[in-house]
Amino acid sequence: MFTLFFMDLGRKVISFMYFVGGLTNLAVQTLYFTFKPPYKSGRIIEQAKKAGYDSFPIVSLVALFIGFIFALQTAYFMQRIGSELYIASLVALSIVRELGPVITALIVAGRVGASNTAELGSMQVTEQIDALETLAENPVKYLVVPRFIALGIMLPILTLYANIIGILGSYFICTIKLGITSSMYMHVTFTSLLYKDLFTGLFKSWIFGMLIALISCYEGFNVEGGAVGVGKATTRAVVFTFIMIIAADCFFTALFYFIFP
Amino acid sequence: MIIEIHKLYKKFNNLPVLNDLSLNIDKGQTCVIIGRSGCGKSVLLKHIVGLLKPDKGKVLVNHKEVAGLSELELSSLRSKISMVFQGGALFDSMNVTENVGFSLIEHTHISQKEILERVEESLSLVGLGGIGNLMPSELSGGMKKRVALARAICIRPEIILYDEPTTGVDPIAADSINELIRSLHDKLKVTSIVVTHDMKSAYHIADKIAMMYKGRIILEGTPREIRESKDPVVHQFINGIAKGPITEAVDNFK
Ligand SMILES: Nc1ncnc2c1ncn2[C@@H]1O[C@H](COP(=O)(O)OP(=O)(O)OP(=O)(O)O)[C@@H](O)[C@H]1O
Ligand SMILES: [Mg+2]
Repeated sequence: MFTLFFMDLGRKVISFMYFVGGLTNLAVQTLYFTFKPPYKSGRIIEQAKKAGYDSFPIVSLVALFIGFIFALQTAYFMQRIGSELYIASLVALSIVRELGPVITALIVAGRVGASNTAELGSMQVTEQIDALETLAENPVKYLVVPRFIALGIMLPILTLYANIIGILGSYFICTIKLGITSSMYMHVTFTSLLYKDLFTGLFKSWIFGMLIALISCYEGFNVEGGAVGVGKATTRAVVFTFIMIIAADCFFTALFYFIFP
Repeated sequence: MIIEIHKLYKKFNNLPVLNDLSLNIDKGQTCVIIGRSGCGKSVLLKHIVGLLKPDKGKVLVNHKEVAGLSELELSSLRSKISMVFQGGALFDSMNVTENVGFSLIEHTHISQKEILERVEESLSLVGLGGIGNLMPSELSGGMKKRVALARAICIRPEIILYDEPTTGVDPIAADSINELIRSLHDKLKVTSIVVTHDMKSAYHIADKIAMMYKGRIILEGTPREIRESKDPVVHQFINGIAKGPITEAVDNFK
C-alpha cells in the first residue's frame, strides 16, 4: 500500500521533471526564434486578436463582478470599524497588485491556453506538424513564436483593462450603496496607488502570458494517441498552467516584496 | 539525388520496427516499397526527411547524413524533397491554395500572381483545377490526398516520397496519379519512393520494387523479378494469399 503510493509519487516527480526539461527546451527555442529575423507580423496580429481582443468581453464581465464583490465584502468589515473610506485603497491595491493579473491570467489560460493545446494537438495527431517541418518551416517559429509574442503583449493590456473595470465595479458599489462621494473615492484610490504597484502587477502578467503560451504549446506538441490524447493534453495544459501561474505569482510577489519594500 | 539507407535501426517502446534496414535508390529512379500494414514503411519515409532520428545506422541523401545536418542544411534539403503524407496532413486552417502554395508563400519572393499560377498548375496536374478556395474540411478523402500531392509537386522537388498516394482514391484518379508519377520520372527525372499496397500500380510505375518484412528489405528487384520471385514470403504478399509464411506465426499461435 505504502510502496504503491511512493512508486506513484516517484513516477509523478519524474514526469514533472520531464515536463520542466521539455518546457525549458521549448522556451529556449522560442526565445531564439523570437529574436531571429525575418519577423512576420501577420500571424502575431492574428493571434493577438484571438487571444487578446476576443477575451475583452469575458474579462470585462469577471472584472466587474470581482469589483462588486470585493467592495461588498470589505464593506462588511470596514463598516464595523467605521472606516468605509479605506475600501477604495484596499480594493485598488489588491486589484492592481494581485487580483487583476492573476484573475486575468487564469481566464486567458482557460480560454486561450486550452484552445492552443487543442489546436496544436490536433495538428500533431493529423501529422500537420510533421508536414510543416517537411515544408522547411520550423514549427516552433511558425506556431509558438506568434502565440508567445501575442500573449506576452496582450495579457498585460488585458490586465490593465481588468484593473480599471474592477476598480470601476467597486466605485459603483461605494458611491451608490455606501454613500462615499465620487471625488473622495477617486482621490483615495489615486493617492494609495503607486507606480510600482502597477508596474509589478503588469510585469507579473507579462510572465503569466509567456507561461500560458509556452505550456499550452508544449502540451499540444506532445499529444499522443488521437482525440483522447488531445483531450488529456488540454486538461493537463490548463491544470499545469494554473499551477505555474500561482507558483510564479508567489515567487514574484515575494521577490518584489524584498526588492521594492 | 541519391538516397542511401545503411543499417537503419529504430525501435518504438522496445519493439524494433526497422531492423538494420539497407536500401539504395539511384538518381531519377522510382522505387516502390511494399510490405504489410504496420511493418514500418511510413517510419522509413520519415527517416529520409529527417522527421525521425535513427537509433542506429544512417540515411544519406546526396552523400550527406540527414540526422547530422545543421538547421540551415536541413531546410535547404527540405526545399528539394517533398513528402506526401498517408493522411494528407493538409493544414486545416488554410484553404487549398494556401496549402498548395505554402512553401512558395513562406520561402520565396515570387509574386502573388505567379504563385497562384503555379498552384493552379499543380492542382490541374492532379485533376483538381478550380477548387483553390475550398477548405480542407470541405474536400472528400480522395480529394485531400490529391491536394496533398499537388502541395508536394508545387515546389518542383528533386525527390518525392509518396506514402500510399492512391489509397482511398477512385480507380480513374488513381490511374492518373500513376501517370503523373511516371511523367515526373520521365520528364523531370524526379527521384521517387512510393509506398503502396496496389500491386498493379507498383508494376506500372516502378523501376525497382523493394519488399519490406520484419524490419528489413528482404528482396529488391525489377517488377519482373519480383513477379517471378520464388521467395515464399514475397509470393504470398504480391498475390495476396491469406495462408503462407507471413501469417504462419499467427496461425501457429491459434
Ligand atoms: N510515433 C510512434 N510511436 C510509437 N510507435 C510508432 C510510432 N510510429 C510508428 N509506430 C509503430 O511502428 C510500426 C510501423 O508503423 P508505420 O506507420 O510505419 O506502418 P506502415 O508500414 O506505414 O503501415 P500502413 O501500411 O498501415 O501505413 C507500427 O507498429 C506502429 O505502432
Ligand atoms: Mg503507413
